[in-house]
Amino acid sequence: MRRVWSWAALIVGGLYFLLPLIGTIEFSLRMRRGEYSLDAYRSVLADAAFRQTFSYSVVMALLTIVLGVLIVVPTAYWVRLRLPRLRPVIEFITLLPLVIPAIVVVFGYIRLYNTSSILPLTGTASGTNLLLLCGYATLALPYMYRAVDTGLSTLDVRSLTEAAQSLGAGWVRIIGRLILPNVLGAVMSGAFLSFAIVIGEFTMAALLNRPAFGPYMQLLGANRAYEPAALAVIAFAVTWGCMGLMQLISRLFGTRIQPT
Amino acid sequence: MRRIGWNWLGVLPFFAFAALFLVLPTMNIVIGAFQNPEGGLTLANLAGLASPRIVDSFAISIKVSLASAVLGCLIGFAMAAAVVMGGVPRWIKAPLMTFSGVASNFAGVPLAFAFIATLGRVGLVTMLLRQWFGINIYAMGFNLLSFWGLTLTYLFFQIPLMILIITPALEGLKREWREAAEVLGASTFQYWRMVALPILFPSLLGTFALLFANSFGAVATAYALTGSSLSIVPIMLFAQIRGDVLQDPHLGYAMAFGMIVVTGLANLAYVVMRTRAERWMR
Repeated sequence: MRRVWSWAALIVGGLYFLLPLIGTIEFSLRMRRGEYSLDAYRSVLADAAFRQTFSYSVVMALLTIVLGVLIVVPTAYWVRLRLPRLRPVIEFITLLPLVIPAIVVVFGYIRLYNTSSILPLTGTASGTNLLLLCGYATLALPYMYRAVDTGLSTLDVRSLTEAAQSLGAGWVRIIGRLILPNVLGAVMSGAFLSFAIVIGEFTMAALLNRPAFGPYMQLLGANRAYEPAALAVIAFAVTWGCMGLMQLISRLFGTRIQPT
Repeated sequence: MRRIGWNWLGVLPFFAFAALFLVLPTMNIVIGAFQNPEGGLTLANLAGLASPRIVDSFAISIKVSLASAVLGCLIGFAMAAAVVMGGVPRWIKAPLMTFSGVASNFAGVPLAFAFIATLGRVGLVTMLLRQWFGINIYAMGFNLLSFWGLTLTYLFFQIPLMILIITPALEGLKREWREAAEVLGASTFQYWRMVALPILFPSLLGTFALLFANSFGAVATAYALTGSSLSIVPIMLFAQIRGDVLQDPHLGYAMAFGMIVVTGLANLAYVVMRTRAERWMR
Protein backbone atom coordinates (compact mmCIF):
# COMPACT_ATOMS: atom_id res chain seq x y z
CA MET A 1 0.00 0.00 0.00
CA ARG A 2 2.78 2.36 0.98
CA ARG A 3 4.55 1.54 -2.25
CA VAL A 4 1.45 2.35 -4.29
CA TRP A 5 1.19 5.80 -2.73
CA SER A 6 4.91 6.41 -3.20
CA TRP A 7 4.76 5.56 -6.88
CA ALA A 8 1.64 7.69 -7.25
CA ALA A 9 3.41 10.70 -5.71
CA LEU A 10 6.49 10.21 -7.86
CA ILE A 11 4.54 9.69 -11.07
CA VAL A 12 2.28 12.71 -10.54
CA GLY A 13 5.27 14.84 -9.55
CA GLY A 14 7.34 13.47 -12.42
CA LEU A 15 4.61 14.28 -14.93
CA TYR A 16 4.35 17.80 -13.57
CA PHE A 17 8.06 18.32 -14.15
CA LEU A 18 8.35 16.45 -17.44
CA LEU A 19 5.33 17.91 -19.24
CA PRO A 20 6.57 21.52 -19.31
CA LEU A 21 9.95 20.32 -20.58
CA ILE A 22 8.40 18.18 -23.30
CA GLY A 23 5.87 20.91 -24.04
CA THR A 24 8.61 23.50 -24.46
CA ILE A 25 10.72 21.32 -26.71
CA GLU A 26 7.69 20.36 -28.81
CA PHE A 27 6.57 23.98 -29.08
CA SER A 28 10.05 25.16 -30.07
CA LEU A 29 9.96 22.73 -33.03
CA ARG A 30 6.55 23.86 -34.30
CA MET A 31 7.57 27.04 -36.14
CA ARG A 32 7.25 25.57 -39.64
CA ARG A 33 3.61 24.80 -40.33
CA GLY A 34 2.74 21.11 -40.54
CA GLU A 35 6.13 19.63 -39.64
CA TYR A 36 8.76 19.76 -36.93
CA SER A 37 11.80 21.88 -37.69
CA LEU A 38 14.63 23.71 -35.99
CA ASP A 39 13.54 27.02 -37.54
CA ALA A 40 12.94 28.67 -34.17
CA TYR A 41 16.49 27.86 -33.05
CA ARG A 42 17.88 29.03 -36.38
CA SER A 43 15.95 32.26 -36.03
CA VAL A 44 17.20 32.80 -32.48
CA LEU A 45 20.81 31.98 -33.23
CA ALA A 46 20.78 34.21 -36.32
CA ASP A 47 19.54 37.15 -34.27
CA ALA A 48 22.38 39.59 -33.65
CA ALA A 49 20.67 40.77 -30.47
CA PHE A 50 20.72 37.21 -29.13
CA ARG A 51 24.47 36.94 -29.62
CA GLN A 52 25.13 40.38 -28.17
CA THR A 53 22.97 39.96 -25.07
CA PHE A 54 24.07 36.38 -24.48
CA SER A 55 27.75 37.26 -24.66
CA TYR A 56 27.12 40.34 -22.49
CA SER A 57 25.57 38.10 -19.83
CA VAL A 58 28.31 35.48 -20.13
CA VAL A 59 30.96 38.16 -19.59
CA MET A 60 28.97 39.59 -16.67
CA ALA A 61 28.63 36.12 -15.14
CA LEU A 62 32.37 35.47 -15.43
CA LEU A 63 33.20 38.88 -13.93
CA THR A 64 30.69 38.21 -11.14
CA ILE A 65 32.52 35.00 -10.32
CA VAL A 66 35.89 36.80 -10.26
CA LEU A 67 34.55 39.60 -8.07
CA GLY A 68 32.78 37.08 -5.82
CA VAL A 69 35.98 35.06 -5.36
CA LEU A 70 38.00 38.21 -4.66
CA ILE A 71 35.56 39.28 -1.96
CA VAL A 72 34.61 35.96 -0.43
CA VAL A 73 37.81 33.90 -0.30
CA PRO A 74 40.03 36.38 1.60
CA THR A 75 37.15 37.30 3.93
CA ALA A 76 36.14 33.74 4.78
CA TYR A 77 39.81 32.83 5.26
CA TRP A 78 40.59 35.82 7.42
CA VAL A 79 37.50 35.33 9.58
CA ARG A 80 38.43 31.70 10.20
CA LEU A 81 42.02 32.62 10.99
CA ARG A 82 41.78 35.80 13.00
CA LEU A 83 38.22 36.90 13.68
CA PRO A 84 36.18 33.78 14.50
CA ARG A 85 33.91 35.86 16.71
CA LEU A 86 32.84 37.86 13.67
CA ARG A 87 31.64 34.76 11.84
CA PRO A 88 27.94 35.01 12.77
CA VAL A 89 27.89 38.65 11.63
CA ILE A 90 29.50 37.86 8.28
CA GLU A 91 27.24 34.85 7.82
CA PHE A 92 24.20 37.00 8.55
CA ILE A 93 25.27 39.61 5.98
CA THR A 94 25.91 36.97 3.32
CA LEU A 95 22.39 35.63 3.83
CA LEU A 96 20.77 39.06 3.48
CA PRO A 97 20.46 38.83 -0.33
CA LEU A 98 18.14 35.88 0.19
CA VAL A 99 15.96 37.97 2.49
CA ILE A 100 15.90 41.31 0.69
CA PRO A 101 14.28 40.90 -2.74
CA ALA A 102 16.60 41.82 -5.61
CA ILE A 103 14.06 44.35 -6.85
CA VAL A 104 14.38 46.30 -3.60
CA VAL A 105 18.19 46.26 -3.73
CA VAL A 106 18.25 47.56 -7.30
CA PHE A 107 15.64 50.17 -6.38
CA GLY A 108 18.10 51.32 -3.74
CA TYR A 109 20.91 51.45 -6.33
CA ILE A 110 18.84 53.64 -8.60
CA ARG A 111 18.14 56.02 -5.73
CA LEU A 112 21.62 55.96 -4.22
CA TYR A 113 23.75 56.11 -7.37
CA ASN A 114 21.68 58.36 -9.61
CA THR A 115 23.20 61.19 -11.60
CA SER A 116 22.67 63.76 -8.85
CA SER A 117 24.35 61.70 -6.11
CA ILE A 118 27.95 61.71 -4.86
CA LEU A 119 28.73 58.52 -6.77
CA PRO A 120 26.77 58.91 -10.04
CA LEU A 121 27.32 55.38 -11.31
CA THR A 122 24.11 55.27 -13.36
CA GLY A 123 25.24 58.33 -15.32
CA THR A 124 27.48 56.34 -17.68
CA ALA A 125 27.17 52.96 -19.37
CA SER A 126 30.37 51.64 -17.80
CA GLY A 127 29.29 52.90 -14.39
CA THR A 128 25.96 51.13 -14.73
CA ASN A 129 27.75 47.96 -15.85
CA LEU A 130 29.87 48.17 -12.72
CA LEU A 131 26.75 48.67 -10.61
CA LEU A 132 25.05 45.66 -12.23
CA LEU A 133 28.20 43.61 -11.66
CA CYS A 134 28.17 44.51 -7.96
CA GLY A 135 24.45 43.70 -7.84
CA TYR A 136 25.13 40.28 -9.33
CA ALA A 137 27.95 39.73 -6.86
CA THR A 138 25.51 40.38 -4.00
CA LEU A 139 23.05 37.90 -5.54
CA ALA A 140 25.83 35.30 -5.70
CA LEU A 141 27.16 36.12 -2.22
CA PRO A 142 25.06 33.61 -0.22
CA TYR A 143 26.01 30.69 -2.48
CA MET A 144 29.64 31.71 -2.90
CA TYR A 145 30.22 32.28 0.79
CA ARG A 146 28.57 29.05 1.91
CA ALA A 147 30.54 27.03 -0.66
CA VAL A 148 33.89 28.59 0.24
CA ASP A 149 33.26 28.43 3.99
CA THR A 150 32.39 24.73 3.72
CA GLY A 151 35.57 24.21 1.70
CA LEU A 152 37.63 26.03 4.33
CA SER A 153 36.10 24.00 7.14
CA THR A 154 37.90 20.93 5.81
CA LEU A 155 41.31 22.66 6.03
CA ASP A 156 43.49 23.34 9.02
CA VAL A 157 43.75 27.00 8.13
CA ARG A 158 45.95 27.93 11.07
CA SER A 159 48.64 25.29 10.50
CA LEU A 160 48.68 25.92 6.76
CA THR A 161 49.13 29.64 7.34
CA GLU A 162 51.87 29.18 9.91
CA ALA A 163 53.70 26.73 7.68
CA ALA A 164 53.51 29.17 4.75
CA GLN A 165 54.60 32.10 6.91
CA SER A 166 57.58 30.23 8.28
CA LEU A 167 58.60 29.62 4.68
CA GLY A 168 58.42 33.36 4.11
CA ALA A 169 55.16 33.70 2.16
CA GLY A 170 53.22 36.97 2.31
CA TRP A 171 49.43 37.30 2.59
CA VAL A 172 48.74 37.61 -1.12
CA ARG A 173 50.85 34.54 -1.79
CA ILE A 174 49.17 32.58 1.02
CA ILE A 175 45.66 33.33 -0.23
CA GLY A 176 46.45 33.06 -3.93
CA ARG A 177 48.81 30.09 -3.97
CA LEU A 178 47.77 28.13 -0.90
CA ILE A 179 44.20 28.79 0.22
CA LEU A 180 42.56 29.32 -3.18
CA PRO A 181 43.90 26.08 -4.75
CA ASN A 182 42.82 24.17 -1.66
CA VAL A 183 39.23 25.40 -1.83
CA LEU A 184 39.13 25.36 -5.64
CA GLY A 185 36.46 22.64 -5.75
CA ALA A 186 34.22 24.65 -3.43
CA VAL A 187 34.91 27.85 -5.34
CA MET A 188 34.04 26.19 -8.64
CA SER A 189 30.76 24.77 -7.37
CA GLY A 190 29.83 28.24 -6.08
CA ALA A 191 30.95 29.67 -9.42
CA PHE A 192 28.74 27.41 -11.53
CA LEU A 193 25.72 28.20 -9.39
CA SER A 194 26.47 31.92 -9.71
CA PHE A 195 26.80 31.51 -13.47
CA ALA A 196 23.41 29.82 -13.68
CA ILE A 197 21.82 32.61 -11.66
CA VAL A 198 23.43 35.52 -13.49
CA ILE A 199 23.09 34.31 -17.08
CA GLY A 200 19.30 34.69 -17.20
CA GLU A 201 18.84 37.33 -14.51
CA PHE A 202 16.07 39.73 -15.43
CA THR A 203 15.09 42.18 -12.69
CA MET A 204 18.35 44.01 -12.04
CA ALA A 205 19.41 44.16 -15.69
CA ALA A 206 15.98 45.39 -16.81
CA LEU A 207 15.74 48.10 -14.16
CA LEU A 208 19.29 49.28 -14.81
CA ASN A 209 18.59 49.21 -18.57
CA ARG A 210 21.49 46.97 -19.47
CA PRO A 211 21.41 44.85 -22.67
CA ALA A 212 21.52 41.51 -20.83
CA PHE A 213 20.13 38.12 -21.82
CA GLY A 214 17.23 38.17 -19.32
CA PRO A 215 15.57 41.36 -20.61
CA TYR A 216 16.21 40.19 -24.19
CA MET A 217 14.35 36.95 -23.50
CA GLN A 218 11.47 38.87 -21.95
CA LEU A 219 11.25 41.22 -24.94
CA LEU A 220 11.29 38.33 -27.38
CA GLY A 221 8.62 36.59 -25.33
CA ALA A 222 6.35 39.58 -25.63
CA ASN A 223 6.75 39.76 -29.44
CA ARG A 224 7.29 36.28 -30.84
CA ALA A 225 5.59 32.91 -30.59
CA TYR A 226 8.07 30.09 -31.14
CA GLU A 227 11.46 31.65 -30.45
CA PRO A 228 10.78 32.03 -26.70
CA ALA A 229 10.31 28.27 -26.40
CA ALA A 230 13.63 27.73 -28.17
CA LEU A 231 15.24 30.23 -25.76
CA ALA A 232 13.73 28.40 -22.80
CA VAL A 233 15.25 25.14 -24.05
CA ILE A 234 18.63 26.83 -24.45
CA ALA A 235 18.38 28.43 -20.99
CA PHE A 236 17.41 25.12 -19.44
CA ALA A 237 20.35 23.43 -21.12
CA VAL A 238 22.69 26.12 -19.73
CA THR A 239 21.26 25.72 -16.20
CA TRP A 240 21.47 21.95 -16.51
CA GLY A 241 25.06 22.18 -17.77
CA CYS A 242 26.09 24.45 -14.89
CA MET A 243 24.51 22.26 -12.23
CA GLY A 244 25.86 19.10 -13.84
CA LEU A 245 29.40 20.53 -13.93
CA MET A 246 28.94 21.62 -10.33
CA GLN A 247 28.11 18.09 -9.22
CA LEU A 248 30.93 16.65 -11.29
CA ILE A 249 33.43 19.12 -9.81
CA SER A 250 32.35 18.51 -6.25
CA ARG A 251 32.72 14.77 -6.86
CA LEU A 252 36.13 15.20 -8.50
CA PHE A 253 37.46 17.57 -5.87
CA GLY A 254 35.62 15.88 -3.06
CA THR A 255 38.64 13.82 -2.12
CA ARG A 256 41.15 16.58 -2.62
CA ILE A 257 39.45 18.91 -0.15
CA GLN A 258 39.59 16.31 2.60
CA PRO A 259 42.10 17.09 5.35
CA THR A 260 45.31 15.15 5.00
CA MET B 1 45.48 46.86 20.76
CA ARG B 2 47.24 47.51 17.49
CA ARG B 3 46.77 43.85 16.61
CA ILE B 4 42.99 44.14 16.74
CA GLY B 5 43.20 47.19 14.49
CA TRP B 6 45.13 45.26 11.86
CA ASN B 7 42.79 42.29 12.05
CA TRP B 8 39.82 44.49 11.21
CA LEU B 9 41.58 45.61 8.07
CA GLY B 10 41.28 42.08 6.62
CA VAL B 11 37.49 42.16 6.48
CA LEU B 12 37.27 45.81 5.48
CA PRO B 13 36.79 45.11 1.73
CA PHE B 14 33.91 42.76 2.52
CA PHE B 15 32.19 45.22 4.83
CA ALA B 16 32.75 48.08 2.40
CA PHE B 17 31.22 46.03 -0.41
CA ALA B 18 28.27 44.87 1.70
CA ALA B 19 27.65 48.40 2.92
CA LEU B 20 27.81 50.01 -0.52
CA PHE B 21 25.84 47.46 -2.51
CA LEU B 22 23.57 45.77 -0.02
CA VAL B 23 23.01 47.56 3.27
CA LEU B 24 23.05 51.23 2.27
CA PRO B 25 20.78 50.83 -0.79
CA THR B 26 18.28 48.91 1.33
CA MET B 27 18.51 51.42 4.18
CA ASN B 28 18.00 54.18 1.66
CA ILE B 29 14.69 52.65 0.58
CA VAL B 30 13.60 51.99 4.17
CA ILE B 31 14.37 55.56 5.17
CA GLY B 32 12.65 56.85 2.05
CA ALA B 33 9.53 55.01 3.17
CA PHE B 34 9.42 57.21 6.28
CA GLN B 35 10.19 60.50 4.57
CA ASN B 36 8.00 63.06 2.89
CA PRO B 37 9.21 64.79 -0.31
CA GLU B 38 10.71 67.58 1.80
CA GLY B 39 12.81 65.09 3.75
CA GLY B 40 10.89 65.23 7.04
CA LEU B 41 9.85 62.16 8.97
CA THR B 42 6.34 60.90 8.28
CA LEU B 43 4.13 57.85 8.51
CA ALA B 44 1.94 59.10 5.67
CA ASN B 45 3.64 56.82 3.11
CA LEU B 46 2.87 53.72 5.13
CA ALA B 47 -0.69 54.96 5.59
CA GLY B 48 -0.78 55.42 1.82
CA LEU B 49 -0.26 51.67 1.45
CA ALA B 50 -3.87 51.29 2.61
CA SER B 51 -5.13 52.44 -0.79
CA PRO B 52 -7.29 49.73 -2.40
CA ARG B 53 -4.92 49.17 -5.32
CA ILE B 54 -1.93 48.44 -3.09
CA VAL B 55 -3.91 46.42 -0.57
CA ASP B 56 -5.23 44.32 -3.45
CA SER B 57 -1.75 43.74 -4.80
CA PHE B 58 -0.45 42.63 -1.40
CA ALA B 59 -3.50 40.41 -0.97
CA ILE B 60 -3.04 38.63 -4.30
CA SER B 61 0.73 38.36 -3.78
CA ILE B 62 0.22 36.79 -0.37
CA LYS B 63 -2.46 34.46 -1.78
CA VAL B 64 -0.19 33.26 -4.61
CA SER B 65 2.72 32.83 -2.21
CA LEU B 66 0.58 30.95 0.32
CA ALA B 67 -0.94 28.67 -2.32
CA SER B 68 2.38 27.87 -3.98
CA ALA B 69 4.05 27.35 -0.58
CA VAL B 70 1.29 25.04 0.72
CA LEU B 71 1.13 22.97 -2.46
CA GLY B 72 4.91 23.03 -2.81
CA CYS B 73 5.28 21.71 0.74
CA LEU B 74 2.64 18.99 0.32
CA ILE B 75 3.81 17.69 -3.06
CA GLY B 76 7.49 18.07 -2.24
CA PHE B 77 6.96 16.25 1.05
CA ALA B 78 5.06 13.43 -0.65
CA MET B 79 7.82 13.00 -3.24
CA ALA B 80 10.63 13.17 -0.67
CA ALA B 81 8.82 10.73 1.64
CA ALA B 82 8.24 8.37 -1.28
CA VAL B 83 11.95 8.28 -2.03
CA VAL B 84 13.22 8.14 1.56
CA MET B 85 10.75 5.68 3.11
CA GLY B 86 8.24 4.68 0.47
CA GLY B 87 9.88 1.45 -0.62
CA VAL B 88 10.71 2.59 -4.15
CA PRO B 89 14.08 1.55 -5.64
CA ARG B 90 17.05 3.39 -4.10
CA TRP B 91 18.50 4.58 -7.38
CA ILE B 92 15.61 7.06 -7.83
CA LYS B 93 16.90 9.34 -5.08
CA ALA B 94 20.09 10.60 -6.75
CA PRO B 95 18.47 11.72 -10.02
CA LEU B 96 15.57 13.29 -8.11
CA MET B 97 17.96 15.33 -5.97
CA THR B 98 20.03 16.37 -9.00
CA PHE B 99 16.91 17.36 -10.89
CA SER B 100 15.64 19.30 -7.87
CA GLY B 101 18.92 21.20 -7.75
CA VAL B 102 18.49 22.20 -11.38
CA ALA B 103 14.77 22.93 -11.27
CA SER B 104 14.96 25.03 -8.10
CA ASN B 105 17.31 27.31 -10.05
CA PHE B 106 15.26 27.27 -13.23
CA ALA B 107 13.13 30.28 -12.39
CA GLY B 108 12.61 33.50 -14.22
CA VAL B 109 11.81 34.29 -17.82
CA PRO B 110 12.49 30.83 -19.39
CA LEU B 111 10.22 29.16 -16.83
CA ALA B 112 7.37 31.41 -17.92
CA PHE B 113 8.06 30.46 -21.56
CA ALA B 114 8.00 26.78 -20.67
CA PHE B 115 4.57 27.08 -19.11
CA ILE B 116 3.19 29.17 -21.95
CA ALA B 117 4.38 26.46 -24.35
CA THR B 118 2.71 23.82 -22.19
CA LEU B 119 -0.45 25.31 -20.73
CA GLY B 120 -0.91 28.41 -22.86
CA ARG B 121 -3.79 28.63 -25.32
CA VAL B 122 -1.95 26.57 -27.94
CA GLY B 123 0.36 24.76 -25.51
CA LEU B 124 1.04 21.04 -25.72
CA VAL B 125 -1.07 19.94 -22.75
CA THR B 126 -3.92 22.28 -23.66
CA MET B 127 -4.03 20.85 -27.19
CA LEU B 128 -3.67 17.22 -26.11
CA LEU B 129 -6.46 17.53 -23.55
CA ARG B 130 -8.70 18.94 -26.25
CA GLN B 131 -7.78 16.40 -28.92
CA TRP B 132 -7.69 13.27 -26.76
CA PHE B 133 -10.31 13.93 -24.12
CA GLY B 134 -12.34 16.77 -25.58
CA ILE B 135 -11.55 18.90 -22.54
CA ASN B 136 -11.07 22.58 -23.29
CA ILE B 137 -9.49 23.94 -20.14
CA TYR B 138 -9.74 27.53 -21.35
CA ALA B 139 -13.48 27.15 -21.91
CA MET B 140 -13.67 25.83 -18.36
CA GLY B 141 -12.28 29.08 -17.05
CA PHE B 142 -8.61 28.18 -16.71
CA ASN B 143 -6.19 30.92 -17.64
CA LEU B 144 -2.40 30.69 -17.33
CA LEU B 145 -2.25 34.44 -16.76
CA SER B 146 -4.17 34.22 -13.51
CA PHE B 147 -3.84 33.33 -9.86
CA TRP B 148 -3.88 29.56 -10.48
CA GLY B 149 -1.68 29.82 -13.55
CA LEU B 150 0.96 31.72 -11.61
CA THR B 151 0.71 29.32 -8.67
CA LEU B 152 1.07 26.32 -10.96
CA THR B 153 4.14 27.89 -12.56
CA TYR B 154 5.79 28.80 -9.24
CA LEU B 155 5.40 25.18 -8.12
CA PHE B 156 8.09 24.29 -10.65
CA PHE B 157 10.74 25.83 -8.39
CA GLN B 158 8.87 25.48 -5.09
CA ILE B 159 8.49 21.67 -5.10
CA PRO B 160 12.21 21.05 -5.84
CA LEU B 161 13.25 23.46 -3.09
CA MET B 162 11.02 21.58 -0.65
CA ILE B 163 12.50 18.25 -1.76
CA LEU B 164 16.06 19.58 -1.32
CA ILE B 165 15.42 20.82 2.20
CA ILE B 166 13.07 18.17 3.58
CA THR B 167 14.88 15.04 2.35
CA PRO B 168 17.73 15.41 4.87
CA ALA B 169 15.15 16.02 7.62
CA LEU B 170 13.25 12.86 6.65
CA GLU B 171 16.50 10.91 6.59
CA GLY B 172 17.18 12.24 10.08
CA LEU B 173 14.15 10.37 11.44
CA LYS B 174 15.74 7.54 13.35
CA ARG B 175 14.67 3.96 12.71
CA GLU B 176 14.66 3.43 16.50
CA TRP B 177 11.82 5.91 16.93
CA ARG B 178 9.58 3.99 14.58
CA GLU B 179 10.57 0.69 16.14
CA ALA B 180 9.96 2.01 19.63
CA ALA B 181 6.53 3.26 18.57
CA GLU B 182 5.69 -0.10 16.99
CA VAL B 183 6.82 -2.00 20.10
CA LEU B 184 4.48 0.20 22.12
CA GLY B 185 1.65 -0.81 19.77
CA ALA B 186 1.35 2.32 17.65
CA SER B 187 -0.19 2.09 14.21
CA THR B 188 1.49 3.77 11.25
CA PHE B 189 -0.96 6.64 11.53
CA GLN B 190 -0.24 7.03 15.24
CA TYR B 191 3.51 6.96 14.60
CA TRP B 192 3.17 9.77 12.09
CA ARG B 193 0.74 11.82 14.15
CA MET B 194 2.49 11.47 17.52
CA VAL B 195 6.17 10.97 16.66
CA ALA B 196 7.29 11.80 13.15
CA LEU B 197 5.20 14.87 12.38
CA PRO B 198 5.87 16.63 15.71
CA ILE B 199 9.60 16.12 15.12
CA LEU B 200 9.34 17.28 11.52
CA PHE B 201 6.97 20.12 12.33
CA PRO B 202 9.62 22.85 12.76
CA SER B 203 11.31 21.75 9.52
CA LEU B 204 8.00 21.77 7.68
CA LEU B 205 6.95 25.14 9.03
CA GLY B 206 10.39 26.62 8.42
CA THR B 207 10.52 25.38 4.84
CA PHE B 208 7.00 26.65 4.31
CA ALA B 209 8.14 30.12 5.39
CA LEU B 210 11.14 29.90 3.07
CA LEU B 211 8.96 28.87 0.12
CA PHE B 212 6.59 31.72 0.92
CA ALA B 213 9.40 34.28 0.82
CA ASN B 214 10.81 32.64 -2.27
CA SER B 215 7.68 33.22 -4.33
CA PHE B 216 6.82 36.56 -2.75
CA GLY B 217 10.00 38.18 -4.05
CA ALA B 218 9.92 36.57 -7.52
CA VAL B 219 9.62 39.15 -10.29
CA ALA B 220 10.89 37.75 -13.57
CA THR B 221 8.64 34.69 -13.85
CA ALA B 222 5.48 36.67 -13.18
CA TYR B 223 6.51 39.56 -15.41
CA ALA B 224 7.33 37.33 -18.38
CA LEU B 225 4.16 35.30 -17.82
CA THR B 226 1.54 37.95 -17.25
CA GLY B 227 3.15 41.20 -18.34
CA SER B 228 1.45 43.62 -16.01
CA SER B 229 -2.02 42.05 -16.14
CA LEU B 230 -1.77 40.48 -12.70
CA SER B 231 -0.81 43.19 -10.24
CA ILE B 232 1.14 41.32 -7.63
CA VAL B 233 3.45 43.42 -5.43
CA PRO B 234 6.78 42.84 -7.24
CA ILE B 235 5.18 43.62 -10.61
CA MET B 236 3.63 46.83 -9.31
CA LEU B 237 6.94 47.82 -7.76
CA PHE B 238 8.66 47.06 -11.07
CA ALA B 239 6.25 49.34 -12.91
CA GLN B 240 6.67 51.97 -10.20
CA ILE B 241 10.47 51.98 -10.51
CA ARG B 242 10.23 52.19 -14.29
CA GLY B 243 7.65 54.90 -14.53
CA ASP B 244 6.25 56.05 -11.19
CA VAL B 245 2.78 54.61 -11.85
CA LEU B 246 1.69 55.44 -8.29
CA GLN B 247 2.44 59.12 -8.95
CA ASP B 248 4.28 59.29 -5.65
CA PRO B 249 7.89 58.07 -5.39
CA HIS B 250 7.66 57.77 -1.63
CA LEU B 251 4.70 55.41 -1.89
CA GLY B 252 7.03 53.24 -3.98
CA TYR B 253 9.57 53.19 -1.14
CA ALA B 254 6.80 52.29 1.29
CA MET B 255 5.79 49.42 -0.97
CA ALA B 256 9.37 48.15 -1.18
CA PHE B 257 9.58 48.45 2.60
CA GLY B 258 6.39 46.38 2.86
CA MET B 259 8.05 43.72 0.73
CA ILE B 260 11.11 43.63 2.99
CA VAL B 261 8.86 43.29 6.03
CA VAL B 262 6.98 40.32 4.55
CA THR B 263 10.06 38.44 3.28
CA GLY B 264 11.97 39.39 6.44
CA LEU B 265 9.27 37.93 8.71
CA ALA B 266 9.07 34.78 6.60
CA ASN B 267 12.84 34.30 6.74
CA LEU B 268 12.89 34.97 10.47
CA ALA B 269 10.30 32.22 10.89
CA TYR B 270 12.52 29.94 8.80
CA VAL B 271 15.62 30.61 10.92
CA VAL B 272 13.76 30.18 14.22
CA MET B 273 12.15 26.95 13.04
CA ARG B 274 15.42 25.58 11.69
CA THR B 275 17.13 26.10 15.04
CA ARG B 276 14.30 24.17 16.65
CA ALA B 277 14.44 21.43 14.06
CA GLU B 278 18.16 20.94 14.59
CA ARG B 279 17.58 19.95 18.21
CA TRP B 280 16.24 16.59 17.05
CA MET B 281 18.70 16.05 14.27
CA ARG B 282 21.80 15.40 16.39
